[in-house]
Formats: sequence, structure tokens, C-alpha cells
Amino acid sequence: MNIVVPVKLVPDLVEELSIDPSGIALDTAWLRMIVNEFDDHAIEQAIILKEKTGAHVTVISTDIEGVDDLLFTAAAKGADRLIKLTGDIEGGINNHALARALANIIKELQPDLILTGVQAHNDLDGTLGPQLAEYLGMPYVGYISGVNVNGDKVEIRKEYPGGLIGEMEASLPSLLGIQASEQPPRYVAISKVRQMMKTMSIEEMTLSALDPTGAATVNRMFQPEALEKATMLSDNPDEAASQLVDIFKEMGLL
Amino acid sequence: MNQDIFVTIEHLRGNVAEISYIMLVAAHELAHGTGGKVIAVLLGQNAQGMANTLNADQLLYGEHALLADFNPEAYQKALAGIINEYKPRAVLFGHTSIGMDIVGGLSAQLSLPIVSSVRTIEANSKLISQICGGKIMAECDLPEPTALITVVPGGYKAEEGQSKQATAVTTIAVELPESLHINLTQYIEPEAGDVDISKEPLLIAVGRGIQTEDNISLADELAEAIGGVVCASRPVVDQGWLPTSRLVGKSGSTVKPKVYLAMGISGAPEHVEAITGSDTIIAINTDPAAPIFNIAKYGTTADLFDLVPVLTDQIRSIKG
Repeated sequence: MNIVVPVKLVPDLVEELSIDPSGIALDTAWLRMIVNEFDDHAIEQAIILKEKTGAHVTVISTDIEGVDDLLFTAAAKGADRLIKLTGDIEGGINNHALARALANIIKELQPDLILTGVQAHNDLDGTLGPQLAEYLGMPYVGYISGVNVNGDKVEIRKEYPGGLIGEMEASLPSLLGIQASEQPPRYVAISKVRQMMKTMSIEEMTLSALDPTGAATVNRMFQPEALEKATMLSDNPDEAASQLVDIFKEMGLL
Repeated sequence: MNQDIFVTIEHLRGNVAEISYIMLVAAHELAHGTGGKVIAVLLGQNAQGMANTLNADQLLYGEHALLADFNPEAYQKALAGIINEYKPRAVLFGHTSIGMDIVGGLSAQLSLPIVSSVRTIEANSKLISQICGGKIMAECDLPEPTALITVVPGGYKAEEGQSKQATAVTTIAVELPESLHINLTQYIEPEAGDVDISKEPLLIAVGRGIQTEDNISLADELAEAIGGVVCASRPVVDQGWLPTSRLVGKSGSTVKPKVYLAMGISGAPEHVEAITGSDTIIAINTDPAAPIFNIAKYGTTADLFDLVPVLTDQIRSIKG
């Protein structure tokens, strides 16, 4: 069982985001990049499957700042092979370009199963998974929160609104967009990640012939302005508590 | 190529999804700019009855046994045929677990561009997308030749996409292979919880900002003091700190309490869409730029770990 997990780094939304002088992109100079949370779940799901069935797990990501940490962390969790994708990606790479170039690389890896995050918060030209699946000629199902390999099939749990689950079967090889792993992504100690830095190596592969066709041209980016911003209470905890009590009283809750 | 705007109607187990109506409103906005018609595309089996509520100029109905339930492979194949034949100016999909399963494959298969997470349409067919957890908006032109667009809720009222007049239905032939690589085995109903949060009048909601499982007790104590029920956003439930029956959001419950107290919740679109029916939203979040403050009536940037124990004490002393 050969599992490939393509993952991405995305801006940490806890940080303040700003638009760069071009007006059509995020200012990346001060951005802290973190692993896309759904990709983190995809890694976890792959490791869970490895523990259940003895799979070989390859984690693959583009070469931007933070990628080594991301890959070594995946290794500390149990990934067997780490691949960093280099190429002309300085100014960012959209999902269409990545899907086309990545398909060529992944074909060579001959996966039985590809797991990736169902989406990333900065996707503007669709998500990576279903495009990649199409280029690889594999079935795709997303919003998955449970994966079980059974012979040449994979049994999956697909999420629908309201907590409804669709239990499906897909033939292997297939590509799944992971919403949540069966268990929350495991924590690994920094010491274990450091140990991986010494013992594991990251292979480099080149993304060639990048073709970003398939995305729209962005005219401008801006931060949303609320029509009715909240009435802000005190930022002092004691004062805010008293104000909230008054509000609750006014509403007849107290 | 024509100027019509197609809307892929989402439905699940006999019910039209609300996003379908929202898409129809967005489609009318777009069609206004392109000068085309709004055409609803309904795929299913014995699903024709759903056509009656859709506010569209025309409806294409494709029936096939393999379309009875949602199946990304069958839907993609059927829609690829329809898009190839009609070549509409744009096709709208829900930014949902249905629409997002098919739009990427269609884009790659048909070499058509995608614009994701579109919330509103502005003059001259400008598309406004909501990304980065609701913190950033992006404006794009309507790409050519046929734009595949995923639509998020929040920009338009579903009621405006509903119609009492029956739409003219054109039945179309759908050809699908005899067998597929993906098959639905069964539906699993959501686990019933001890409480139904969709009916509770006072909800104490915790998000990522609660940080640890132990800290959930802060919410429990406050809920007990004031007489509310604790619920959570996705990260908390994914960690297993609260059961799925307490999940508020896209794949959990939609709630409409009198008061929704959001603690450490940033207000990502997937969460916000499920709480907009609340009478009063109160947000506690140390990030002044958190989108939750854009929909809350009251807010504070006080640290919840300082604020909530004080608040619980004050409520306890009032209630005695």
C-alpha cells in the first residue's frame, strides 16, 4: 500500500493579514506560514492507515519557507519518504499549475491512495485534490472523515450538512479530500522532529512546465468592511463581565 | 457560446439545499450583466418535483438511476456532457461537499477556469470571493469561455431564489457508463446527542481559542450558571473535546438561539453560515480583526481566560 500525501503551507490566520502594494496579493513578507489544517489531517489519516495496514507514506510539498519543518514533522509522525518540490514558485503557484505539474511527479510514485486536505483557506481557483485526480485519471471524493482500505477498494465516510454521513466505496487507486482524520492530528515533540532532521533526508524534485491556466485574474484584494460592526465592550475583563451581565439582564436572562 | 448562467441544483435525499436558492439569486445578478438567461440544471431520479420551487428562467432536467444519490463521478460525467453541449457563460456550484467534489474535475477535464468562494456579484459581472477565513476578499472578472464558480452563502437571501411559479422544464438525456468507480453504500444518520443544539435558546460556543480540553470546563461552568448549553466550532470537535452532536457549522448543526456567546471563535465562513439565524451574537476574541466581530452585536477583545471566570462568578452571585 503506497500512500502519497500532497500538502501545502498557508498563511496563519491568527496573524494580521495585509495586502501588498500591488493590491492583488497578500503581503507575504511578514506572513507566518503553517501547514494547511486539512492537510495536517490528511497526514494523520495516512499514518493511521500505515499503523493499521503497514502502508508506505510519502509526504510531498512545495519548497517555500517552513517546508523542511513541515516535512520533518511528518516524518516524526511516521512518514517514510519526504519530497520537496522546487521550481519557479517564488511568486506563488496556483492549484491548476500545481495539479498539472504534480500529476507528472506523482505518476512516477505509483500510489494506491492519495490523501490531501479537502481545501485550503486561500484557494481561489478551486481545490487541488479533484484537479489532480482528473489529471491522474483517478476517482475523487472529498469531505472525508473516515478511510478504511479493504482489498482493492477504499471504504470512506463523506460528510454532508447536518452531520449526515454518506458511506461510500471507491476503487483503488483513488484520491480523497480529507476533512478530518479519524483521530485528531498527533502531537510530536520537537526533539523527535530534530532527530528526524539528522536521520531523514528530503528529496528534491522539480516542478516543470508550470501552466497556471484555469484561474481568473484578480483585479484587487481588500479586507471586508462590516456593515454593522459589533458594539465593542471594554477590553478589561472585569468591566467586560459587568457589561455582559447588564446585557443579559436587559434580555431577561438574569 | 451563449450568455446564459447555469446553476447546478444541489439536493440531498429529496430536499433542495438552501445554497441552490442562493446560487439562483447570484445567477440572476450575473445574467443581468451578461444578458443571458438563468438556467437551473437538476440531476436526479424522480426528482422533477423539485423543479417547482426554483426561481429560474428555464430548467434542464437530467434523469438517471446513477444520479439518484450524489455521486461525484456520475455528476461530473453528466455535467461535462451538458456543459459541452450548451457552452453556457458560467456554471454555478455550491462551495459545499457536493459542488466542491465536481468542479475541480470539470475544470481539468474541460480546460475551463474556476473562481472559488464567490459571495456576491458586483456591476459588470465582477465576482467577489471571500477567502482566508473571511479575512480577505478578492475581486475577479468573469473568466472566459465558461466560468466555473463555487458560491458561498452570506451574499444573498435564499428566499429570493425561491419561486411559486413552475419553471419551464426541458428533459435532457444523460448517458453514463454502466458501472462507476465510486458507489454509495448507505447513509449514516447523525448521532443523536443528549441535547438538540438547534433548538436551544442560549448557546455558549467555544472555538480554537479555548486551547485545551481542560479549558472546556470554563464554558461548562458558565453554561451551568446562566442556564445555557455548550457547543463548539469544528476544531474543538475534531480534537474530540466535545461530541459531534455539539458541532455548529457547515457539517454540523445550524442554530438560531436568542443568544449565541462565541468564545475564542474567529468566525470562519463555515461557522458563520450556521449562526446567522441567532437573535444576538456576542463575541469574545482577543483578535480585533476576527471576522466574528462583523456579525456580532456585542464584542470584547478581553482574554476569555480572564473574563469568563469573572462573568461566571458575577452570574452565580446574582442568581444566588
